[in-house]
Amino acid sequence: MIKVENLVKTFGPKRAVDGVSFTVERGEVLGFLGPNGAGKSTTMRMITGFIPPTEGRVILGGFDVVENPIAAKRLFGYLPENAPAYTDMTVYGFLNFAAELRGLRGEAKKKAVHRVVEMCFLESVLYQSVDTLSKGFRHRTCFAQAVIHDPDILIMDEPTDGLDPNQKHEVRTLIKRMGEKKAIIFSTHILEEVEAACTRVIIIDRGKIVANGTPEELKRKSELAGAISVRVAGVGGDVLKAKLAALDGARKASIVREDHEVVWARVYPKTPGADGALVRAVGELALREGWRLEELHVEEGRLDEVFRSITIPETQQVPSAPR
Amino acid sequence: MNSLANIKAIAKRELTGYFASPVAYVFLVFFLLLNGFFTFMLGRLFERGEASLFWFFQWHPWLYLFLVPAVGMRLWAEERRLGTMELLLTMPVTSWQAIVGKFLASWAFLALALALTFPVVVTVALLGDPDDGTIICGYIGSFLLAGGYLAVSCMTSAMTRNQVISFILSVVICLFLILAGWPPVQDLLVQWAPRLAGLVASFSVIPHFQGFMRGVLDSRDVIFFLSLMVLALFATSVIIRNIRTGR
Repeated sequence: MIKVENLVKTFGPKRAVDGVSFTVERGEVLGFLGPNGAGKSTTMRMITGFIPPTEGRVILGGFDVVENPIAAKRLFGYLPENAPAYTDMTVYGFLNFAAELRGLRGEAKKKAVHRVVEMCFLESVLYQSVDTLSKGFRHRTCFAQAVIHDPDILIMDEPTDGLDPNQKHEVRTLIKRMGEKKAIIFSTHILEEVEAACTRVIIIDRGKIVANGTPEELKRKSELAGAISVRVAGVGGDVLKAKLAALDGARKASIVREDHEVVWARVYPKTPGADGALVRAVGELALREGWRLEELHVEEGRLDEVFRSITIPETQQVPSAPR
Repeated sequence: MNSLANIKAIAKRELTGYFASPVAYVFLVFFLLLNGFFTFMLGRLFERGEASLFWFFQWHPWLYLFLVPAVGMRLWAEERRLGTMELLLTMPVTSWQAIVGKFLASWAFLALALALTFPVVVTVALLGDPDDGTIICGYIGSFLLAGGYLAVSCMTSAMTRNQVISFILSVVICLFLILAGWPPVQDLLVQWAPRLAGLVASFSVIPHFQGFMRGVLDSRDVIFFLSLMVLALFATSVIIRNIRTGR
C-alpha cells in the first residue's frame, strides 16, 4: 500500500531526510521512531505530499504522490503533528467540512460523521467550538477527521502526544484494531507505544534509517536480552558477582543494586537465546551455596536501551551545528 | 464538477468562519457607518442637490484601503499559524481550489457589505431621479475594486503567519495601487524617470475605477481588475508552493 523509495529532503545544506526507503502493506502497523529532529515529521509530510521530496518517490496504492496527488490523497487519512483544527468551527462543523472535502454527501456524510463521533467519543463536545476544547478532545477531533472516510492508509504524526494515560491507551487500542485492515504509519517517541501497537518498527536518526524490524527483533538487539536477573538475600555482592560470573555459559555478571542484606544482580549469557541452561545453573548454584533466592527472571530486552544505543553514541561524537 | 464541490466546501467553511465571531458584524457596522459618514458629511450629498452616487463611490478606494485588508488578512496567515494548512492541503484538493474557494468567500462577504449600502440608493432615488445605469455601473466597479484589493490581501496573507504583518503589507501595496496614478506622484516620476512613469501609472486603480463611477462600463477596466486578481492569486499560489518546498 505504501511504498517509499530513496526519499531525500534537503533544506539548504542540511539533509533532513537522507535516503529513506520502506514499504508498508495492509495489516501492518509501522512505528516510526527517532529522536526529536531526526526527520520523522519531514518524512511524513513527504509521504502525504504536503512537501515535495528533493529526491525519491512515494507510491500510495499505486499512485505517485507527486505526479497524481489527488488520487493518492484520496487513499489516506492524515493526523499532522500537534493535531491542528480550525478553531473558529464547532466539532460538528469541522467534521462535516472534512467529510465534504472527502467527497461525502448527504446520507453518506451524515453516517460517516456519526461513525467517527461514536468511535472517538466526541458526543459531549459535538457543538462546542474547537478553541474551547481540551487538548485530548482536540486531538481526538483531528483524529476523527483522519478516519472519516475510512481510509486504507492512515498516517499519524505523534497521535498520542499530549494525551493522558487513559486516552493514550484508547488511541493505541484503536490503532491496533484498525491496523488489522489498514496500512498504518505513526511516529512517536514513546517506546511502550511501539510495543503495544506496532507490527514493525523503523528507527530513524539524522535522516537515515538505523534499524528496521519487529519490536521483538529489535528488543533482541538489546544487551539486556536473555540476561538473568536475580534477587538474593544472605550473601555479599562481591561473592555473588564472582560466583555468577564463574558459571558455565556466563559471559559476565554485574551487581545492579545492594540494599542491606539483599542484592540485585544480573548474569549475561555467552550466547543469547541458549539461556535455559544458565537459568538452571543459577538456581542450582543458589541451592548449593544456601542463598535465599527471592527472584529470578529472564530479561526480554528493552526497546529504550536499543533506541539509546543506536541513536546516542553517534550524536555525541558530532558536535551540534553552530547555526 | 469535483473541483467545484471542493471550492464550494472551502468557501462555505470560510464564510461560516467569518460569522462565527463578532468580528464580521463589527466590520459590517463599521463599513456602513464610515460609508455614511464619508457620503453625507464629507461628500455633502444633501447640499449638492445632485441625484447621483458619485460622491458615494468617490471614497471607496480609500475606504477599502483599510477595510479590505482587514477581511483578507486572516485567509492564509491563520491557516499557517494554526497548522491547518497542512491539513487542508493534504486533503484531496489542489492548492488552486483552496485559493479560489477562500478568495470567493471573502469576496462574497465584501459583496454583502456593499449590498447593505442600499439605503443610500433609496435615499437618492426618493429625493431625485438618478440614472440607474450609472449606479449599477458604480456598484460593479466598486465590487471589482474590492476584489482587486482582496486578491492582494490574499497574497500578503500567504506571506506570513502574522495577521498584523499581512494587514500592513497589504495596505502598503494597495496604497501604491491608488497613488501610482496620482498627479503629484506622476509629476515627480516624469521628471525623475519618464519611462517608468507610464508603467507605474498603468498599475493605478483610480483611472479604471473612475470610468465605472461615471457610468462607463469599459471592458478594458473590467479586464484590468480581473487581471489584477488573477495575478495576485497566481502569486499566492507561488508563495504557497514555496512554503511547501522550502522552510
